[in-house]
Amino acid sequence: MTKIDDMAGPSALPTEAIVTGRPPRRRRDPFRKPLTSIVRHALLIAMAILMLYPIIWMVVSSLRPNDVIFREPGIVLDSFEISNYTDGWNALANPFGVYIWNSAVIVLGSIVGNLVSCSMAAYAFARLEFTGKRIFFGLMLLSIMLPIHVIIVPQYVLFSQIGWVNTFLPLIVPKLLATDAFFVFLMVQFIRGVPRELDEAARIDGAGHPRIFLQIILPLMVPALATTAIFTFIWTWNDFFAQLIYLTKPDLYTVPLGLRSFEDAQSATNYAQMFAMSVVSLIPIFLVFLFGQKFLIKGIATTGIK
Amino acid sequence: MSALSELGRLKSQSAAGKKQNKVAYLFLLPWFVGLLLVTIGPMIASFGLSFTKYNLLSPPKFTGLTNWTRMLTDERLHKALAVTFQYVFISLPIQLAVALLLAIILDRGMRGLAFYRSAFYLPSLLGASVAIAMLWRQLFGVDGLVNQVLAVFGIEGQGWISSPDTALGTLMILNVWTFGSPMVIFLAGLRQIPTMYYEAASVDGASRWHQLWRITIPLLTPIIFFNAVLQLIGTFQSFTQAYIVSGGTGGPVDSTLFYTLYLYQQGFANLNMGYASAMAWLLLIIVAALTALAFWTSKLWVFYDDQD
Repeated sequence: MTKIDDMAGPSALPTEAIVTGRPPRRRRDPFRKPLTSIVRHALLIAMAILMLYPIIWMVVSSLRPNDVIFREPGIVLDSFEISNYTDGWNALANPFGVYIWNSAVIVLGSIVGNLVSCSMAAYAFARLEFTGKRIFFGLMLLSIMLPIHVIIVPQYVLFSQIGWVNTFLPLIVPKLLATDAFFVFLMVQFIRGVPRELDEAARIDGAGHPRIFLQIILPLMVPALATTAIFTFIWTWNDFFAQLIYLTKPDLYTVPLGLRSFEDAQSATNYAQMFAMSVVSLIPIFLVFLFGQKFLIKGIATTGIK
Repeated sequence: MSALSELGRLKSQSAAGKKQNKVAYLFLLPWFVGLLLVTIGPMIASFGLSFTKYNLLSPPKFTGLTNWTRMLTDERLHKALAVTFQYVFISLPIQLAVALLLAIILDRGMRGLAFYRSAFYLPSLLGASVAIAMLWRQLFGVDGLVNQVLAVFGIEGQGWISSPDTALGTLMILNVWTFGSPMVIFLAGLRQIPTMYYEAASVDGASRWHQLWRITIPLLTPIIFFNAVLQLIGTFQSFTQAYIVSGGTGGPVDSTLFYTLYLYQQGFANLNMGYASAMAWLLLIIVAALTALAFWTSKLWVFYDDQD
């Protein structure tokens, strides 16, 4: 593990310190006085509670009767209405499982697409010399900053003409074409940190670029691949704009679109059921956060993506 | 380190060495196809469409500059611009200031760093989701959580989301709430400031306050700049929060009509694809101009220590 991290380029060491939470060197600690330290911790804990309170309250409220939600600001678990979950699951046009399945298909397709296409492009940018490299690299960097709204209208026209609206294809196929350029950039940065001697040694043994890519670079860039997979998961799972535009049939609704239809319902919104399904929808993100935090924090620290 | 500095350094990269065109283009093939069909192609097409009237059902009709001049007189568009600028230029500085402040507080090798960082970072992963936007709708509703808490202190609240004066403010709070990701970038930047600077300053008798303003902040300006540009581009494109909180209308009285929400209404609800394309290009021009402006002013305040 440390061996691979050491290769992650110049920024790897300091960020590694953040990732583990243990600074390599304990810097000056000006607040040596215990009292200031206690005050500081008290303030930070108060801040953390303030930040997380709405989420905790939502989780607790998802287990309360609907009318209690509007008069109980506390977070003591005073009731346990599991029926919010079972009823909420079936409250919409389709069982909530359908939306989860649809989201899962899109997320999985996007992850595979990004991993394959972005790593290939990154290998070319990081390791190969070719005509127009600088221009293409510049275009790739610029495309990171391009607002999706500039291309969404003609893209929609294109996809509707080939009959892809109300399929998952407009949401997955672009990922197979490396259009999430920040992942290309992330991987380029990572590959640059891998010593070229490894490639050279393989080349002397007669390996071509496809083999060097598959057998040397890919196994070494697992951390970058993990970061890409995790971010793709979170963004695609949360994505609303593109799914709203391309998916209009309730059978194809994803989790965000399904959740939104709690609002559309003719009758007054049942907040207890809506909260219950909101909690369900956030569980995957939370799990990814829990187990993938290391890669997430490293990812945003080195490339500054959200 | 960042895509931004990389872009600035493009010129200086040497293109020496043997060319391996064939194999390189093979590796880049998916990316090329994507660039042409999904990015550049649609970009050019949307520029073309911005001079037409197009509703998807019949072929586009050339109307010259009509869409562009219409934007000059479209009051809802002006409102959307005003709302978006307010949202970006009020909530973004606050968000970055909070992120910076907490990063500086946390960067002292203190106990519990991992816990605090996680607690502050989690909201930035959830902030863009529909679930949290729906929660926000409840929190700031007439009998939502915020007013329940206020009632405990004997304060009578109001319908924060149903009032045009405060609806946008609730979205700004949501944006500030997601300060965790810039905070993590700041933390990474703080780690790279060499300890010896502080040691030298301490020897010279500089106070903590002086060290903060003379060492920490100047050396952090590249990261501050990077965060500001990045968040600026992202915040301008916010959509989900406003859509969910206003039920897709941008109400009350267009007070949460984000630019992208209006673009969505024009393009995909009213099928004014030509006008929506013109709006998209205006968005691109605004974001590009602001980014360029940021780069231009960066010469005045961004401090590059020993950049290679």
